[in-house]
Amino acid sequence: MSIRFSFGGDEHIFAEVSESMSLEAFFTSLSMTNAVREAGISGVTEICPANASFQIKFDPDRIKPGDLLRELQSMEGAASKSDASLRTRIMEIPVFYQDPWTHETLMRFRERHQDPNATDIEYAAEINGFKSVDEFIAAHSGSPWFVSMVGFVAGLPFLYQMVERQRQIEVPKYLRPRTDTPKLTVGYGGCFSCIYSVRGAGGYQMFGITPMPIYDPEQKVSYLRDEMCFFKPGDIVKWKPISRDDYDAALEEVERNAFEPVVRECSFSLSDFNKDIDGTNAKLMEVLHGR
Amino acid sequence: MAVKVITPGLSTTVQDLGRPGFYHLGIPLSGGMDRFALRAANMLVGNEEGAAVLEAVFLGPELEFTAPATVAITGGDLPPKLNGAERESWSAFEVRAGDRLSFGFLKAGARAYIAVSGGIDVPVTLGSRSTYTLGALGGHQGRALAAGDELPVGQGGKGGGSVPATLRRMPGNPAELRMLPGLYWHRITGESGKRFFADTWKVAPEADRIGYRFRGGTALDFVPREQPFGAGSNPSNIVDACYPYGSIQVPGGTEPIVLHRDAVSGGGYMMVGCVISADMDLIGQLQPHSPARFVEVTMDQALAARADRQAAIQRVRDHLGRN
Repeated sequence: MSIRFSFGGDEHIFAEVSESMSLEAFFTSLSMTNAVREAGISGVTEICPANASFQIKFDPDRIKPGDLLRELQSMEGAASKSDASLRTRIMEIPVFYQDPWTHETLMRFRERHQDPNATDIEYAAEINGFKSVDEFIAAHSGSPWFVSMVGFVAGLPFLYQMVERQRQIEVPKYLRPRTDTPKLTVGYGGCFSCIYSVRGAGGYQMFGITPMPIYDPEQKVSYLRDEMCFFKPGDIVKWKPISRDDYDAALEEVERNAFEPVVRECSFSLSDFNKDIDGTNAKLMEVLHGR
Repeated sequence: MAVKVITPGLSTTVQDLGRPGFYHLGIPLSGGMDRFALRAANMLVGNEEGAAVLEAVFLGPELEFTAPATVAITGGDLPPKLNGAERESWSAFEVRAGDRLSFGFLKAGARAYIAVSGGIDVPVTLGSRSTYTLGALGGHQGRALAAGDELPVGQGGKGGGSVPATLRRMPGNPAELRMLPGLYWHRITGESGKRFFADTWKVAPEADRIGYRFRGGTALDFVPREQPFGAGSNPSNIVDACYPYGSIQVPGGTEPIVLHRDAVSGGGYMMVGCVISADMDLIGQLQPHSPARFVEVTMDQALAARADRQAAIQRVRDHLGRN
């Protein structure tokens, strides 16, 4: 995998690890950005890993663009050879699929959608060959997901499904983006799931909503006191389908600031995963459920 | 000392030079869109150049001061009035307790910067006082000002003077935005790239601190390819990636959007390059419907333009004796 570098104006270097998404491309992006951070290069001001690419922002008054480019290129060999494994976290995120709030929103924007006569999740189930929405939800929530990027808006995670490519769900984005998306909507576009951290515009299909805050600029939420954004690239997420009653109960806990997400430390090796995907995921589930 | 908000204007926010270091979490730089004008306003009132000021867009606020201070308005031509009497922009003037600052209709540009000696002293969040409204972060309660707000002001130093028109920097007509082609430029045909620079575009109504949309030019022609896995089906789609500040994305190949200080940090649209750092200030002074062209430059030209902009700021410092 050879990285394509391009200057983004006079203050950025943009690096595309691969045109297509894969966990290999994500791990190369993560190890490159980790290497840049550890190198502590003077003049580098932002280090942003993304799904299959990354971006470095720099101050050209402190480091010449060409010098930084050469330095990044010199790191490429080590990053792509590095052992693709990491110590990370696995966490369970409750999702109320087909909730009334995203439903109300998606009905308002039907004319921007591929199939005005179906809901987003009905459309996604059908084009991915599922017989029913329940089967689709079982697939979406049945295996874990990698947080392969945080961004778009503050604290929004992009999540990549940890299954063989032929089993991955793929859904196009809306034909024209909506001007509204409820806060904490669980969305889908391309091969990525996401959670909208704030209310606002969006182009991803809407499947459900989580009661769990993931971004708190006031840092009052008990588990967001140290970091206002919950997710980091490399986190592993398991969706947990919940009912309206579960949702209301969780929301009540959130309002009392007593909600505690299920989060466990874990390790992940890309080569072990590629050798045995279902076995690796089963072990991750054991860690998550404390067995 | 405080500034009371009588009427808030269209969207007036507290801004300084911004909040670097959190873009990897989707938290953008924020800060003044026209930082040349922001620095000049602070120099005029005797502040540090990066002190927090108010950024008003299109329609100015009405403000009342609770104690004497030095005030200066820079940026677009939004004529200031003190107790109803016109005052000069780009000039320091004194205000007394109870004085009211208001504004006439915008004559040119888009954004005015209102500096008060001592600086707007809202709490520092993640290293900056700038407002990021989409994330409800920083500034005054994470939002644009509202009637009845009261903003604390720091202890002021000594200001004074004015910045003559020859030392100011405003976009031309059409605005010329220099850009370095790159990123996914290779995805469009050579002919399409030539038209992109030849066309005169117009600022669309969707123009704010996140980004400026342009329309009226020719739609892009893409080099045919099979869309990569995960990118999405439109030829303008890419696997969601980081968006540089100043990057020019073209959703659907039709209307370029230049991301600015409250940029979304990433997404799934191809970008044809970036407006260079030296010309980002100019975008902040463009009104909807104003014409603009993209002008191709090399990295060396971009760095020379950057040095020119720094020299222009230095000339203001020299003129005001603020070294």
